[in-house]
Amino acid sequence: MTETTFKPETAAQAAEAVRWALSEGEPLDVVGTGSKRTLGRPMQTAYTLDLSGLNGVVAYEPEELVLTAKAGTPMAVILPMLEERRQQLAFEPQDLGALFGQPAGQGTLGGVLACGLAGPRRISAGSARDHALGIEGVNGRGEVYKGGGKVVKNVTGYDVPKLMAGSFGTLTALTEVTVKVLPAPEDTRTLVLAGRDDAAAVEALTRAMQSPYEVSGAAHLPAGVAARSGVRAVAGAGAAVTLVRLEGFGPSVAARVAALKEELGADAVLERDDSLAVWKEIRDVTAFAGERERHIWKLSVPPADGPKVASAIRDVTDADLFFDWGGGLIWVAVVPNSGSSDAVRRVLNGSGHATLVRAPEDVRASADVFQPLSEPLMALSRRVKESFDPRGILSPGRMYAGV
Amino acid sequence: MKMPVPDSGVIARRREIVSALRAIVPGEGVIVDESELRAYECDGLTAYRQLPMVVVLPSTVEQVSQVLKTCKEMGVKVVPRGAGTSLSGGALPLADGVLLGMGKFNRILDIDFANRCVVTQPGVTNLGISNAVAHEGFYYAPDPSSQIACTIGGNIAENSGGVHCLKYGLTTNNVLGLEMVLMDGTILRLGGKQLDQGGYDLMGVITGSEGLLGVVTEVTVRILRKPATARAVLIGFPTSEQAGNCVAAIIAAGIIPGGMEMMDKPAIHAAEDFVHAGYPLDVEALLIVELDGPAAEVDHLIERVAEIANAEGACYSRVSTSEEERLSFWAGRKAAFPAVGRISPDYYCMDGTIPRKALPLVLQRMQEMSDKHGLRVANVFHAGDGNLHPLILYDANKPGELERAEEFGNDILRLCVEVGGVLTGEHGVGVEKRDLMNDQFDQVDLEQQQRIKCAFDPEGLLNPGKVFPTLHRCAELGRLHVHKGELRFPDIPRF
Repeated sequence: MTETTFKPETAAQAAEAVRWALSEGEPLDVVGTGSKRTLGRPMQTAYTLDLSGLNGVVAYEPEELVLTAKAGTPMAVILPMLEERRQQLAFEPQDLGALFGQPAGQGTLGGVLACGLAGPRRISAGSARDHALGIEGVNGRGEVYKGGGKVVKNVTGYDVPKLMAGSFGTLTALTEVTVKVLPAPEDTRTLVLAGRDDAAAVEALTRAMQSPYEVSGAAHLPAGVAARSGVRAVAGAGAAVTLVRLEGFGPSVAARVAALKEELGADAVLERDDSLAVWKEIRDVTAFAGERERHIWKLSVPPADGPKVASAIRDVTDADLFFDWGGGLIWVAVVPNSGSSDAVRRVLNGSGHATLVRAPEDVRASADVFQPLSEPLMALSRRVKESFDPRGILSPGRMYAGV
Repeated sequence: MKMPVPDSGVIARRREIVSALRAIVPGEGVIVDESELRAYECDGLTAYRQLPMVVVLPSTVEQVSQVLKTCKEMGVKVVPRGAGTSLSGGALPLADGVLLGMGKFNRILDIDFANRCVVTQPGVTNLGISNAVAHEGFYYAPDPSSQIACTIGGNIAENSGGVHCLKYGLTTNNVLGLEMVLMDGTILRLGGKQLDQGGYDLMGVITGSEGLLGVVTEVTVRILRKPATARAVLIGFPTSEQAGNCVAAIIAAGIIPGGMEMMDKPAIHAAEDFVHAGYPLDVEALLIVELDGPAAEVDHLIERVAEIANAEGACYSRVSTSEEERLSFWAGRKAAFPAVGRISPDYYCMDGTIPRKALPLVLQRMQEMSDKHGLRVANVFHAGDGNLHPLILYDANKPGELERAEEFGNDILRLCVEVGGVLTGEHGVGVEKRDLMNDQFDQVDLEQQQRIKCAFDPEGLLNPGKVFPTLHRCAELGRLHVHKGELRFPDIPRF
């Protein structure tokens, strides 16, 4: 589809490309390395704006808890740099490479923010939006502007960086991102409960989340999904597995593991390495990386509703699923044609929302990939799009038609 | 500080506007008496006062919608107001504007422990939410110092912080859902009890928008289980530089304390003289570091913090051994503002954020400014996140001192920006810092923000005169000159 790809190396060059596109009336597909390019409605543009040439960490000050990098800087560069100083992006950015049938480790910092993806620690640390402090980028008028700041606490002007989270490049071509970084936990352990059904599992996760033990991961893998884990203690359970993660300083983790194990009646404890491995699998949805023909849905629902929603989905389609975020996030792998393409979304009935994360291009072209919005909300979203990109130059239609 | 010139045409139609409002909100919900209007003439920034044209106090979302829609149709400006505790003049009325008070929205609608959230009307106080869930051991984390009085709706408008926000986040990190009304009367729902919302993160941009984008009529916030225990350590240093290094070393050790506050010598002395908290008087800087969480963690970390403090040259260190002692450590800090009020007839509280490493430079430059302006300054500092609260001491009865205090304050905020920080960490821009926005943002940055405003309120009727130094018409901001074919093919790498 793409005839020409612009690959700017500076914000000024990116702006020049957008101004050219504006003068020609040619929309641009705004991408980083393209690792999440199949997430969203398919683009039909002849021109691509590839931001991966905007590469490099501008400033990393561990003691200020702040990192600034060009938007195209690979996560594969940023994550080890943080690890060396025992810090992390606390929202646990997902790496969906395997799910999309691509190599892992391909994403960029700008892409992580633009797609607004977060892992299991979403329940305690928030999402990408909660860690975005500042941005620089090119709007659809071809202007380089900045929003937010480069310090951890700032309420000066509108919180533009938050608006970038999950906007999929439709508002601004990001050229630089400043994020909050936080200490990485010294230790990690996971409580395992075996053989609970969905309802009992989410009830246990709720009790864990209501406890004062600072749970940072709360997932439930039904038996079929647990069996696919690369962690023997999980796969070998031969049953559904419910997981509760506790992280922090060594003595604190030890005390909390002991107390919560007793309270929940947990069957086992995963040590550090197994813990890290299983939560990475959950974060990256690797259980559904195989069976490429299945459509993958991501549902965000009130946590306590999780089991009810799951049961309704199983009633209308042939699907595998598992729970994260204490029951509030359901990943669903649907056998195509085992129900109408929208059946999964319809069971929500307005409470929560659903995203079609993986499906063939023709399906994504005809179905709503992102949750349809109420008419007034859609109208406002269109006006917000226009306020950044009046001529629809930046990835138009990637999220919604006309946006 | 100039507010938009009142529209005499609107003021001339006051009677007509009042009767239109009375048709929507009957009885005592519309206030026109000058003596009653007086209660609304200012917020927490008392240096600026203005009687509103009329006050309306709706009690349902439908009334809010009708009021806004009617005002839009009549071309009348609206200033929303919660409890009026803003320190930046965010709720300062307009002579030709309707003041929309949200005080009647004072009910908590749903407490949902299973989903760990509370659905509430916006006029409920910040502390009211925590109190409503305390019996189950829960609380709402953001704790601005006005939490007894300030409302959750106002917290959304200002993206309020507090002492604990380094660890637990600002308002924006603790809001799950909103119902709000746009200036044209449209009622919108965003988010809910789930963690992620669909579409653009509009909740993110509405939170902290200082009442310029819409009027919030319902809020869903997440609640947390109270930490099992909390202990604090009081640490004194011979220099503020050493205190700053200690803060950096604590964070470098991977510790994010529940609270980490710094006071300079004038603030320590004022607080100690007032509440006798037992602060050392022979130190230049005092840190209060509070660790909260499971007992095993707190006991472990308090030792590590004490070790770090010694290594960084602390000359005084005391670890709280009881809840009473912990509270006494905080008593001085919490009374710092009134304590400064005792040693000076008036004080002016600033709110910039700096990269922490710039602290020694900023304190030194602030001392030079203090000499230049001939006014004293005392500093309290949310040390963990670099949020400074310099208190400028002045006497409003001495001609010219208020103006000098404001100039001094502006110099401090420009300095914050100069060292890589920002104008406001938690109090908001309001009218107070409006005219300094050009120091932090370029014209193009501000125009982009104003275009967001246009998407929500194209006539600019909602809280005009706040946040932005220059008002532009949306038509002017939206103008786009495209010269087809004039731009050469961009000379940038392509393939």
